[in-house]
Amino acid sequence: MLMHRVIPCLLLKNGGLVKSFKFGNPKYVGDPINAIRIFNDKEVDELIVLDIEASKFRREPNYSLIEEFAGECFMPLTYGGGIKTVEQARHLFSIGVEKISIQTGALESLKLISDIAALYGNQSVIVSIDIKRNFFGHIRLYSASSGRTNDLNWLSFMKHAIDAGAGEIMLNAVDRDGTMAGMDISLIRQFAENCGIPLIAVGGVGRIEDIKAAVDNGASAVAAGAFFVFHGPHRAVLITYPKYNDLIALLDKKQ
Amino acid sequence: MLMILDYGMGNIASVYNMVKKVGGICKILDDKSEIFKASKLIIPGVGAFDHGIKQLQSSGFFDAIQKIAETGTPILGICLGMQLLSKKSEEGMLNGLSLIDAEFKKFSFDNSFPLRVPHVGWNAVDVVKVNKLMPLDKSEQRFYFTHSYHAVCNNQKDVIATSFYGYNFVCAYHHENIYGVQFHPEKSHRFGMALMKRFCEV
Repeated sequence: MLMHRVIPCLLLKNGGLVKSFKFGNPKYVGDPINAIRIFNDKEVDELIVLDIEASKFRREPNYSLIEEFAGECFMPLTYGGGIKTVEQARHLFSIGVEKISIQTGALESLKLISDIAALYGNQSVIVSIDIKRNFFGHIRLYSASSGRTNDLNWLSFMKHAIDAGAGEIMLNAVDRDGTMAGMDISLIRQFAENCGIPLIAVGGVGRIEDIKAAVDNGASAVAAGAFFVFHGPHRAVLITYPKYNDLIALLDKKQ
Repeated sequence: MLMILDYGMGNIASVYNMVKKVGGICKILDDKSEIFKASKLIIPGVGAFDHGIKQLQSSGFFDAIQKIAETGTPILGICLGMQLLSKKSEEGMLNGLSLIDAEFKKFSFDNSFPLRVPHVGWNAVDVVKVNKLMPLDKSEQRFYFTHSYHAVCNNQKDVIATSFYGYNFVCAYHHENIYGVQFHPEKSHRFGMALMKRFCEV
Protein backbone atom coordinates (compact mmCIF):
# COMPACT_ATOMS: atom_id res chain seq x y z
CA MET A 1 0.00 0.00 0.00
CA LEU A 2 1.10 3.59 -0.54
CA MET A 3 3.38 4.96 2.16
CA HIS A 4 2.81 8.40 3.58
CA ARG A 5 5.73 10.55 2.48
CA VAL A 6 8.04 12.42 4.85
CA ILE A 7 9.74 15.24 2.99
CA PRO A 8 12.57 17.59 3.97
CA CYS A 9 11.73 21.11 2.87
CA LEU A 10 14.71 23.37 2.22
CA LEU A 11 14.54 27.13 1.85
CA LEU A 12 16.88 29.01 -0.46
CA LYS A 13 17.91 32.62 -0.21
CA ASN A 14 20.69 33.99 -2.40
CA GLY A 15 21.85 30.48 -3.17
CA GLY A 16 22.27 29.61 0.50
CA LEU A 17 20.19 27.35 2.69
CA VAL A 18 18.18 29.27 5.31
CA LYS A 19 15.58 28.51 7.91
CA SER A 20 12.82 30.95 8.79
CA PHE A 21 10.76 31.47 11.90
CA LYS A 22 7.07 32.18 11.25
CA PHE A 23 8.15 33.16 7.75
CA GLY A 24 10.56 35.81 9.07
CA ASN A 25 14.18 36.10 10.17
CA PRO A 26 15.76 33.71 7.74
CA LYS A 27 18.88 32.32 9.39
CA TYR A 28 21.74 31.00 7.26
CA VAL A 29 22.09 27.26 7.71
CA GLY A 30 24.63 26.17 5.15
CA ASP A 31 25.41 25.05 1.65
CA PRO A 32 22.34 23.53 -0.02
CA ILE A 33 24.32 21.08 -2.18
CA ASN A 34 25.83 19.57 0.93
CA ALA A 35 22.44 19.21 2.58
CA ILE A 36 20.99 17.62 -0.55
CA ARG A 37 23.86 15.16 -0.78
CA ILE A 38 23.27 14.11 2.81
CA PHE A 39 19.53 13.71 2.26
CA ASN A 40 20.21 11.69 -0.86
CA ASP A 41 22.51 9.36 1.08
CA LYS A 42 19.78 8.99 3.70
CA GLU A 43 17.37 7.99 0.93
CA VAL A 44 14.67 10.49 1.83
CA ASP A 45 11.28 10.01 0.18
CA GLU A 46 11.35 13.32 -1.70
CA LEU A 47 12.90 16.74 -1.40
CA ILE A 48 11.30 20.18 -1.66
CA VAL A 49 13.42 23.24 -2.37
CA LEU A 50 11.77 26.66 -2.17
CA ASP A 51 13.38 29.94 -3.17
CA ILE A 52 11.84 32.35 -0.68
CA GLU A 53 12.83 35.53 -2.51
CA ALA A 54 12.18 34.74 -6.15
CA SER A 55 8.54 35.88 -6.23
CA LYS A 56 9.08 38.87 -3.96
CA PHE A 57 11.80 40.25 -6.20
CA ARG A 58 10.32 38.90 -9.43
CA ARG A 59 13.45 36.85 -10.10
CA GLU A 60 13.91 33.88 -12.42
CA PRO A 61 14.64 30.54 -10.78
CA ASN A 62 18.38 29.94 -10.43
CA TYR A 63 18.46 27.24 -13.09
CA SER A 64 22.15 26.35 -12.89
CA LEU A 65 21.94 25.87 -9.13
CA ILE A 66 18.73 23.86 -9.40
CA GLU A 67 20.32 21.70 -12.09
CA GLU A 68 23.15 20.96 -9.67
CA PHE A 69 20.60 19.97 -7.03
CA ALA A 70 18.76 17.69 -9.45
CA GLY A 71 22.02 16.04 -10.40
CA GLU A 72 22.49 14.97 -6.78
CA CYS A 73 18.98 13.61 -6.26
CA PHE A 74 17.88 10.08 -6.98
CA MET A 75 14.51 10.82 -5.44
CA PRO A 76 11.87 13.28 -6.61
CA LEU A 77 12.76 16.94 -6.36
CA THR A 78 10.12 19.65 -6.13
CA TYR A 79 11.13 23.23 -6.79
CA GLY A 80 9.10 26.31 -5.94
CA GLY A 81 9.78 30.02 -6.07
CA GLY A 82 9.01 32.63 -8.67
CA ILE A 83 7.34 30.39 -11.23
CA LYS A 84 5.00 32.52 -13.33
CA THR A 85 5.13 31.00 -16.84
CA VAL A 86 4.80 27.66 -18.57
CA GLU A 87 8.24 28.19 -20.13
CA GLN A 88 9.84 28.38 -16.67
CA ALA A 89 8.10 25.13 -15.76
CA ARG A 90 9.30 23.50 -18.97
CA HIS A 91 12.87 24.57 -18.27
CA LEU A 92 12.71 23.23 -14.71
CA PHE A 93 11.36 19.83 -15.83
CA SER A 94 14.07 19.56 -18.45
CA ILE A 95 16.85 19.94 -15.87
CA GLY A 96 15.56 17.16 -13.63
CA VAL A 97 12.93 18.73 -11.39
CA GLU A 98 10.03 16.32 -10.89
CA LYS A 99 7.35 18.72 -9.69
CA ILE A 100 6.97 22.46 -9.39
CA SER A 101 5.28 24.30 -6.59
CA ILE A 102 3.45 27.52 -7.31
CA GLN A 103 1.83 30.01 -4.95
CA THR A 104 2.01 33.64 -6.05
CA GLY A 105 1.69 32.50 -9.65
CA ALA A 106 -1.48 30.56 -8.81
CA LEU A 107 -2.99 33.40 -6.73
CA GLU A 108 -2.41 35.70 -9.69
CA SER A 109 -3.75 33.29 -12.29
CA LEU A 110 -5.45 29.91 -11.96
CA LYS A 111 -4.82 29.49 -15.69
CA LEU A 112 -1.12 28.97 -14.98
CA ILE A 113 -2.06 25.74 -13.19
CA SER A 114 -4.17 24.45 -16.10
CA ASP A 115 -1.62 25.44 -18.72
CA ILE A 116 1.18 23.56 -16.99
CA ALA A 117 -1.03 20.56 -16.13
CA ALA A 118 -2.27 20.30 -19.72
CA LEU A 119 1.27 19.82 -21.01
CA TYR A 120 3.00 18.06 -18.15
CA GLY A 121 0.17 16.36 -16.28
CA ASN A 122 -1.56 17.27 -13.03
CA GLN A 123 0.97 15.34 -10.96
CA SER A 124 3.66 17.85 -11.95
CA VAL A 125 1.93 20.85 -10.31
CA ILE A 126 1.76 21.44 -6.57
CA VAL A 127 -0.22 24.46 -5.43
CA SER A 128 1.18 25.85 -2.22
CA ILE A 129 -1.23 27.49 0.19
CA ASP A 130 0.08 29.47 3.17
CA ILE A 131 -2.30 30.04 6.06
CA LYS A 132 -2.06 32.46 8.94
CA ARG A 133 -4.61 32.61 11.73
CA ASN A 134 -5.86 36.09 12.54
CA PHE A 135 -6.34 37.65 15.97
CA PHE A 136 -9.53 35.62 16.48
CA GLY A 137 -7.85 32.39 15.36
CA HIS A 138 -9.64 32.31 12.03
CA ILE A 139 -7.96 30.88 8.95
CA ARG A 140 -6.72 33.51 6.50
CA LEU A 141 -4.95 32.95 3.20
CA TYR A 142 -1.46 34.45 3.30
CA SER A 143 0.68 35.56 0.42
CA ALA A 144 4.34 34.96 1.23
CA SER A 145 5.65 37.23 -1.49
CA SER A 146 3.65 40.25 -0.31
CA GLY A 147 3.85 39.39 3.37
CA ARG A 148 0.14 40.03 3.80
CA THR A 149 -3.06 38.11 4.26
CA ASN A 150 -5.46 37.96 1.39
CA ASP A 151 -9.24 38.42 1.48
CA LEU A 152 -9.81 35.47 -0.83
CA ASN A 153 -11.66 32.60 0.81
CA TRP A 154 -9.18 29.76 1.41
CA LEU A 155 -11.65 26.98 0.67
CA SER A 156 -12.82 28.39 -2.63
CA PHE A 157 -9.23 29.13 -3.69
CA MET A 158 -8.26 25.53 -2.92
CA LYS A 159 -11.27 24.17 -4.82
CA HIS A 160 -10.51 26.40 -7.81
CA ALA A 161 -6.88 25.29 -7.75
CA ILE A 162 -7.95 21.64 -7.74
CA ASP A 163 -10.46 22.23 -10.56
CA ALA A 164 -7.76 24.03 -12.52
CA GLY A 165 -5.66 20.87 -12.43
CA ALA A 166 -3.41 20.94 -9.38
CA GLY A 167 -1.94 17.52 -8.58
CA GLU A 168 -1.21 18.17 -4.91
CA ILE A 169 -1.85 20.85 -2.32
CA MET A 170 0.96 21.91 0.01
CA LEU A 171 -0.51 23.46 3.14
CA ASN A 172 1.83 25.63 5.18
CA ALA A 173 0.88 26.86 8.65
CA VAL A 174 2.80 30.15 8.77
CA ASP A 175 2.34 30.58 12.53
CA ARG A 176 4.02 27.22 13.19
CA ASP A 177 6.89 27.66 10.75
CA GLY A 178 10.27 27.04 12.38
CA THR A 179 8.76 26.75 15.85
CA MET A 180 8.97 22.95 16.08
CA ALA A 181 6.01 23.36 18.47
CA GLY A 182 3.66 20.91 16.76
CA MET A 183 1.55 21.18 13.63
CA ASP A 184 -1.80 22.96 13.33
CA ILE A 185 -3.86 19.78 13.39
CA SER A 186 -7.29 21.37 13.16
CA LEU A 187 -6.11 23.29 10.08
CA ILE A 188 -4.86 20.09 8.49
CA ARG A 189 -8.13 18.34 9.24
CA GLN A 190 -10.22 21.15 7.73
CA PHE A 191 -8.20 21.10 4.55
CA ALA A 192 -8.09 17.30 4.36
CA GLU A 193 -11.88 17.06 4.62
CA ASN A 194 -12.24 19.26 1.56
CA CYS A 195 -9.30 18.08 -0.51
CA GLY A 196 -9.65 15.19 -2.94
CA ILE A 197 -6.05 15.33 -4.12
CA PRO A 198 -2.89 14.51 -2.14
CA LEU A 199 -2.26 16.97 0.70
CA ILE A 200 1.22 17.78 1.99
CA ALA A 201 1.17 19.38 5.45
CA VAL A 202 4.07 21.55 6.56
CA GLY A 203 4.82 23.81 9.51
CA GLY A 204 5.66 22.98 13.11
CA VAL A 205 7.02 19.43 13.16
CA GLY A 206 9.10 19.14 16.33
CA ARG A 207 8.83 15.45 17.14
CA ILE A 208 8.31 12.35 15.05
CA GLU A 209 4.88 11.96 16.67
CA ASP A 210 3.83 15.23 15.03
CA ILE A 211 4.21 13.51 11.67
CA LYS A 212 1.90 10.72 12.75
CA ALA A 213 -0.66 13.20 14.10
CA ALA A 214 -0.79 14.97 10.74
CA VAL A 215 -1.18 11.70 8.84
CA ASP A 216 -3.89 10.49 11.21
CA ASN A 217 -5.79 13.72 10.52
CA GLY A 218 -5.78 13.42 6.76
CA ALA A 219 -2.38 14.54 5.47
CA SER A 220 -1.07 12.36 2.61
CA ALA A 221 2.45 13.55 3.29
CA VAL A 222 4.32 15.70 5.80
CA ALA A 223 7.13 18.12 5.02
CA ALA A 224 9.45 19.70 7.54
CA GLY A 225 12.36 22.10 7.58
CA ALA A 226 13.62 22.87 11.05
CA PHE A 227 12.98 19.32 12.26
CA PHE A 228 15.49 17.88 9.78
CA VAL A 229 18.01 20.69 9.93
CA PHE A 230 18.27 21.68 13.58
CA HIS A 231 19.07 19.69 16.64
CA GLY A 232 18.76 20.43 20.33
CA PRO A 233 17.56 23.44 22.33
CA HIS A 234 20.16 25.75 20.80
CA ARG A 235 19.16 24.79 17.27
CA ALA A 236 22.58 23.61 16.18
CA VAL A 237 22.67 22.72 12.51
CA LEU A 238 22.56 18.97 11.98
CA ILE A 239 20.99 17.24 9.00
CA THR A 240 18.92 14.26 10.11
CA TYR A 241 16.18 12.02 8.76
CA PRO A 242 14.39 9.13 10.47
CA LYS A 243 15.38 5.60 9.52
CA TYR A 244 13.06 3.89 7.06
CA ASN A 245 12.12 1.15 9.53
CA ASP A 246 11.24 3.76 12.16
CA LEU A 247 8.93 5.51 9.71
CA ILE A 248 7.25 2.22 8.81
CA ALA A 249 6.71 1.44 12.49
CA LEU A 250 5.29 4.92 13.01
CA LEU A 251 3.03 5.23 9.99
CA ASP A 252 2.24 1.81 8.58
CA LYS A 253 -1.53 1.36 8.51
CA LYS A 254 -1.27 -2.38 8.99
CA GLN A 255 0.16 -2.00 12.46
CA MET B 1 24.93 2.56 -27.33
CA LEU B 2 22.05 3.00 -24.91
CA MET B 3 20.10 6.09 -25.88
CA ILE B 4 17.65 8.17 -23.89
CA LEU B 5 14.96 9.78 -25.98
CA ASP B 6 14.54 13.54 -25.70
CA TYR B 7 11.15 14.46 -27.14
CA GLY B 8 10.62 17.55 -25.03
CA MET B 9 8.73 15.80 -22.24
CA GLY B 10 11.05 16.53 -19.40
CA ASN B 11 13.33 14.77 -17.02
CA ILE B 12 15.89 13.14 -19.27
CA ALA B 13 18.53 14.57 -16.93
CA SER B 14 17.58 12.30 -14.02
CA VAL B 15 17.53 9.19 -16.19
CA TYR B 16 20.89 10.12 -17.73
CA ASN B 17 22.41 10.70 -14.28
CA MET B 18 21.21 7.37 -12.97
CA VAL B 19 22.45 5.37 -15.96
CA LYS B 20 25.85 6.94 -15.49
CA LYS B 21 25.72 6.30 -11.76
CA VAL B 22 25.25 2.57 -12.35
CA GLY B 23 28.18 2.54 -14.73
CA GLY B 24 26.28 2.62 -18.00
CA ILE B 25 27.29 4.56 -21.09
CA CYS B 26 24.51 6.48 -22.72
CA LYS B 27 23.71 9.31 -25.05
CA ILE B 28 20.76 11.62 -25.29
CA LEU B 29 18.87 11.16 -28.53
CA ASP B 30 17.16 14.20 -29.97
CA ASP B 31 17.64 13.61 -33.71
CA LYS B 32 15.56 10.84 -35.26
CA SER B 33 18.21 10.03 -37.84
CA GLU B 34 20.48 8.82 -35.01
CA ILE B 35 17.95 6.35 -33.65
CA PHE B 36 19.39 3.43 -35.63
CA LYS B 37 22.61 3.73 -33.66
CA ALA B 38 20.72 2.83 -30.50
CA SER B 39 21.39 -0.66 -29.16
CA LYS B 40 18.80 0.06 -26.49
CA LEU B 41 16.35 2.91 -25.99
CA ILE B 42 14.83 4.47 -22.87
CA ILE B 43 11.71 6.58 -23.31
CA PRO B 44 11.22 8.66 -20.17
CA GLY B 45 8.40 11.09 -19.68
CA VAL B 46 6.37 13.25 -17.42
CA GLY B 47 3.16 14.64 -18.72
CA ALA B 48 -0.03 14.22 -20.61
CA PHE B 49 -0.61 11.44 -23.14
CA ASP B 50 -1.79 13.41 -26.17
CA HIS B 51 0.93 16.00 -25.75
CA GLY B 52 3.48 13.17 -25.63
CA ILE B 53 2.12 11.58 -28.81
CA LYS B 54 2.12 14.91 -30.61
CA GLN B 55 5.73 15.54 -29.59
CA LEU B 56 6.72 12.12 -30.93
CA GLN B 57 4.89 12.74 -34.19
CA SER B 58 6.21 16.23 -34.81
CA SER B 59 9.79 15.15 -34.16
CA GLY B 60 9.48 12.12 -36.44
CA PHE B 61 10.20 9.78 -33.54
CA PHE B 62 6.79 8.10 -33.64
CA ASP B 63 7.57 6.15 -36.83
CA ALA B 64 11.27 5.83 -36.01
CA ILE B 65 10.52 4.07 -32.70
CA GLN B 66 8.13 1.64 -34.38
CA LYS B 67 10.82 0.82 -36.95
CA ILE B 68 13.57 0.05 -34.45
CA ALA B 69 11.10 -1.92 -32.32
CA GLU B 70 10.66 -4.24 -35.30
CA THR B 71 14.39 -4.92 -35.34
CA GLY B 72 14.24 -6.20 -31.74
CA THR B 73 15.97 -3.26 -30.07
CA PRO B 74 15.13 -3.35 -26.34
CA ILE B 75 12.97 -0.37 -25.42
CA LEU B 76 12.12 0.70 -21.84
CA GLY B 77 9.26 3.14 -21.34
CA ILE B 78 9.11 4.97 -18.00
CA CYS B 79 5.84 6.41 -16.72
CA LEU B 80 4.53 8.50 -19.65
CA GLY B 81 6.98 6.54 -21.81
CA MET B 82 5.26 3.32 -20.71
CA GLN B 83 1.86 4.84 -21.65
CA LEU B 84 3.07 5.90 -25.09
CA LEU B 85 4.16 2.32 -25.90
CA SER B 86 0.58 1.09 -25.44
CA LYS B 87 -2.44 1.25 -27.76
CA LYS B 88 -4.38 4.05 -26.13
CA SER B 89 -5.12 5.89 -22.89
CA GLU B 90 -8.23 7.34 -21.28
CA GLU B 91 -6.10 10.42 -20.72
CA GLY B 92 -6.14 11.29 -24.41
CA MET B 93 -7.72 10.83 -27.81
CA LEU B 94 -4.74 9.81 -29.93
CA ASN B 95 -3.36 6.34 -30.61
CA GLY B 96 -0.25 5.14 -28.83
CA LEU B 97 2.72 3.43 -30.46
CA SER B 98 0.83 0.13 -30.06
CA LEU B 99 4.01 -1.83 -29.39
CA ILE B 100 2.31 -3.76 -26.60
CA ASP B 101 -1.29 -4.93 -26.27
CA ALA B 102 -2.29 -2.74 -23.33
CA GLU B 103 -4.40 0.31 -22.56
CA PHE B 104 -4.38 2.90 -19.81
CA LYS B 105 -7.28 3.71 -17.52
CA LYS B 106 -7.72 6.32 -14.81
CA PHE B 107 -7.67 5.18 -11.20
CA SER B 108 -11.26 4.93 -10.08
CA PHE B 109 -12.59 3.98 -6.70
CA ASP B 110 -16.11 3.55 -5.48
CA ASN B 111 -17.50 6.18 -3.14
CA SER B 112 -17.17 4.05 -0.04
CA PHE B 113 -13.38 4.37 -0.03
CA PRO B 114 -12.24 7.08 -2.42
CA LEU B 115 -8.48 7.40 -2.50
CA ARG B 116 -6.76 10.55 -3.69
CA VAL B 117 -5.66 10.72 -7.32
CA PRO B 118 -2.92 11.05 -8.56
CA HIS B 119 -1.24 8.12 -6.88
CA VAL B 120 1.87 9.81 -5.53
CA GLY B 121 4.61 8.39 -3.40
CA TRP B 122 6.53 5.27 -2.58
CA ASN B 123 4.71 1.99 -2.96
CA ALA B 124 5.63 -1.66 -2.75
CA VAL B 125 5.96 -3.53 -6.03
CA ASP B 126 5.13 -7.24 -6.33
CA VAL B 127 7.06 -9.02 -9.03
CA VAL B 128 4.82 -11.74 -10.48
CA LYS B 129 7.05 -13.56 -12.93
CA VAL B 130 10.67 -13.98 -13.90
CA ASN B 131 11.83 -10.97 -15.88
CA LYS B 132 14.95 -9.09 -16.80
CA LEU B 133 14.31 -5.95 -14.77
CA MET B 134 13.55 -7.02 -11.20
CA PRO B 135 14.35 -10.12 -9.17
CA LEU B 136 11.59 -12.64 -8.48
CA ASP B 137 12.56 -13.28 -4.89
CA LYS B 138 10.88 -12.12 -1.72
CA SER B 139 13.15 -9.09 -1.49
CA GLU B 140 11.46 -5.79 -0.85
CA GLN B 141 10.90 -3.79 -3.99
CA ARG B 142 9.59 -0.26 -3.65
CA PHE B 143 9.57 2.56 -6.11
CA TYR B 144 8.29 6.11 -6.53
CA PHE B 145 5.02 6.51 -8.36
CA THR B 146 3.32 9.65 -9.60
CA HIS B 147 0.45 9.03 -11.98
CA SER B 148 -3.30 9.12 -12.42
CA TYR B 149 -3.57 6.46 -15.13
CA HIS B 150 -2.50 2.83 -14.94
CA ALA B 151 -1.99 0.03 -17.43
CA VAL B 152 -4.43 -2.75 -18.20
CA CYS B 153 -2.85 -5.60 -20.14
CA ASN B 154 -4.97 -7.54 -22.60
CA ASN B 155 -2.46 -10.38 -22.43
CA GLN B 156 -1.83 -11.48 -18.84
CA LYS B 157 1.54 -12.98 -19.82
CA ASP B 158 2.81 -9.44 -20.38
CA VAL B 159 2.40 -8.50 -16.71
CA ILE B 160 5.67 -8.62 -14.79
CA ALA B 161 4.79 -6.65 -11.67
CA THR B 162 1.82 -5.20 -9.84
CA SER B 163 1.29 -2.71 -7.05
CA PHE B 164 -1.67 -1.90 -4.83
CA TYR B 165 -3.57 1.36 -4.54
CA GLY B 166 -7.17 0.64 -3.68
CA TYR B 167 -6.84 -2.35 -5.96
CA ASN B 168 -4.05 -4.30 -7.62
CA PHE B 169 -2.85 -2.70 -10.82
CA VAL B 170 -0.16 -3.50 -13.39
CA CYS B 171 2.95 -1.44 -12.76
CA ALA B 172 5.42 -3.14 -15.09
CA TYR B 173 4.91 -4.98 -18.36
CA HIS B 174 7.01 -6.71 -20.96
CA HIS B 175 6.47 -8.12 -24.42
CA GLU B 176 9.44 -9.43 -26.46
CA ASN B 177 11.78 -6.43 -26.65
CA ILE B 178 9.31 -3.92 -25.19
CA TYR B 179 9.43 -3.05 -21.46
CA GLY B 180 7.37 -0.55 -19.52
CA VAL B 181 7.46 0.58 -15.89
CA GLN B 182 4.87 2.88 -14.33
CA PHE B 183 7.11 4.03 -11.49
CA HIS B 184 10.22 6.20 -11.82
CA PRO B 185 13.39 4.16 -11.36
CA GLU B 186 15.42 7.36 -11.79
CA LYS B 187 13.72 8.65 -8.63
CA SER B 188 13.80 5.46 -6.60
CA HIS B 189 17.24 5.38 -5.02
CA ARG B 190 18.91 2.02 -4.91
CA PHE B 191 15.82 0.17 -6.15
CA GLY B 192 15.85 2.22 -9.32
CA MET B 193 19.60 1.85 -9.69
CA ALA B 194 19.27 -1.94 -9.54
CA LEU B 195 16.59 -1.88 -12.25
CA MET B 196 18.54 0.48 -14.51
CA LYS B 197 21.63 -1.67 -14.14
CA ARG B 198 19.64 -4.71 -15.22
CA PHE B 199 18.23 -2.90 -18.23
CA CYS B 200 21.76 -1.90 -19.22
CA GLU B 201 22.60 -5.60 -19.17
CA VAL B 202 19.58 -6.78 -21.19
